[in-house]
Amino acid sequence: MPLDVLLRAEDVSRRFGGLVAVDHVSLTLARDEVHAVIGTNGAGKSTLIDVLAGELAASGGRVELHGRDITGWAQPRRARAGVGRSYQRTTIFAHATVLENCRLAAQARAQRPLALWAAADACGESRRLAECAIAQAGLGEHALRTAGTLAHGQKRQLEIAMCLATEPSVLLLDEPLAGMGPEETERMLQLLAALRPRHAILLVEHDMDAVFRIADRVTVMVNGAVIASGDPGAIRANTEVQAAYLGRDADAAPAG
Amino acid sequence: MLTHANGRRGAPLARRVAPLVAAAAVLAAFPYVGGRFYVDLVLTTMILAVFALSLELIVGETGLVSFGHAAFFGIAAYATTLLSPGATPPSLVWLLPAALAITALAALVIGALSLRTRGVYFIMVTLAFAQMAYYVFHDTRLAGGSDGIYLSVKPVLALGSITLLDLGDAHTLYYATLATLAGVYVLLALIHRSRFGHALNGIRANERRMRAAGFSTYPYKLAAFVLAGTLAGIAGFLHAVKDGFVNPEILAWHQSGTVLLMLILGGVGSLRGAVAGAFLFVMLKELFQSEAIFGGFARHWQLPLGLTIIACVALMPKGVAALSSQLRRAQAPLPDAP
Repeated sequence: MPLDVLLRAEDVSRRFGGLVAVDHVSLTLARDEVHAVIGTNGAGKSTLIDVLAGELAASGGRVELHGRDITGWAQPRRARAGVGRSYQRTTIFAHATVLENCRLAAQARAQRPLALWAAADACGESRRLAECAIAQAGLGEHALRTAGTLAHGQKRQLEIAMCLATEPSVLLLDEPLAGMGPEETERMLQLLAALRPRHAILLVEHDMDAVFRIADRVTVMVNGAVIASGDPGAIRANTEVQAAYLGRDADAAPAG
Repeated sequence: MLTHANGRRGAPLARRVAPLVAAAAVLAAFPYVGGRFYVDLVLTTMILAVFALSLELIVGETGLVSFGHAAFFGIAAYATTLLSPGATPPSLVWLLPAALAITALAALVIGALSLRTRGVYFIMVTLAFAQMAYYVFHDTRLAGGSDGIYLSVKPVLALGSITLLDLGDAHTLYYATLATLAGVYVLLALIHRSRFGHALNGIRANERRMRAAGFSTYPYKLAAFVLAGTLAGIAGFLHAVKDGFVNPEILAWHQSGTVLLMLILGGVGSLRGAVAGAFLFVMLKELFQSEAIFGGFARHWQLPLGLTIIACVALMPKGVAALSSQLRRAQAPLPDAP
């Protein structure tokens, strides 16, 4: 079956003065596919997400969403067009409830700023999207809890739920498993697997076991550039990757 | 729901509204019991409370600390005075909208430029714009220079030959100001619970996250800035009408600083705090300026006022509006150690 490519990056670069953080990177994100990007700290993975999401302007190259050139689009416009992202450091609104966190994110799709007389909580459309996202992310029973009181893993789930509330077609996830225990990791991987059929997912992650379990395609970055890209088996066998990044861990990574 | 540190949301509606209704009733009854000096003082304070409320929309609600808010207070006051024909009373129907339109335009221009900066740069740029406005009135012949300008005939609201509202009458102006204060308070409370208000709160808490969700945050911030400037303009209009005189000092940086101090005293992030802060500030200032109490030392009123403000901020970091919840927390038993 041909890949349903939703987001395409061609020759994308990002420079900070003399430092090339992202160096002519090309990749595609397709629906029903988890595309993992791995690399050591400072390899340019998070910067790549920033550039794809529009948080940082690309210094060169082109980004397409559903075949349209979005290189010049600002982040909010890209988000409304379907590019959702999560952050490496949790960015939830700690004082608000889980429901309000997601409702506010969903409100971006149903903005009516001049409706001053209508209470935000009464906005049916954003509430429905929020409840849907919360259920998808498995936080249904915590909807009315204050976000700041959630466990770490649940906060990461909420981060994803806030993403989902904006109804994205592309998910750019920056280390969603960071700091998680085995049970929480398992839950998150199940969530990602459930999201896969309807979304194109870019996963930046350091947990190699998880990456090789869930990814359909793996891209390896070193010093801002892609040194290899392919299916997990090919990446595991790639000697350049082993030398540059995986090292002995490649042998320890589970088969699959 | 997004909540402020002071927990403005959450308490039952009746419990939140009752103290406000009581406060409004006290203010409404005050002219019948208070002396003329004190009624005038309360009137001045209510105008300052409207001014503080307007600043609360950008500082507390949106997280934009402006150090030039007096510009809009002053521009509206000058516009009111300059637009008034000298001999006949101007009509409120056009004078107030015209003064506010000029103020809103100034806020749109200043906001559009200064909102391109953030944090401490935003504070400095807003201060710079306000000082520019100050020097325009101070150093040009536009409106009497540093001497200021008088508004001798006060605006009226008339229907044919019947005068409905004469703001030259102190009693009428008092109740018009009280109604304005209540109206601005209700408007800001409505904004706070609306989608617009929630978006502003989100921008205050984490603008980056809001942009990632799809909010173009700049128009939201600009709308809040222009609305806050316009509301400050209402306070400036009332000030010009009440005093019948405006001078450049009402645009100066210390006026912007004073209104920020009112917010800090009352508690940033709370409408009640903005009003309470205005009243507390004026009361403290009057207290330390009183020669009956402090004798000759009253000349140095800024010193005890400054020390008291520092003490208030140190002891009540969330302002007087949060004092009751702060006391409740202090009395509550400590949770068991894990």
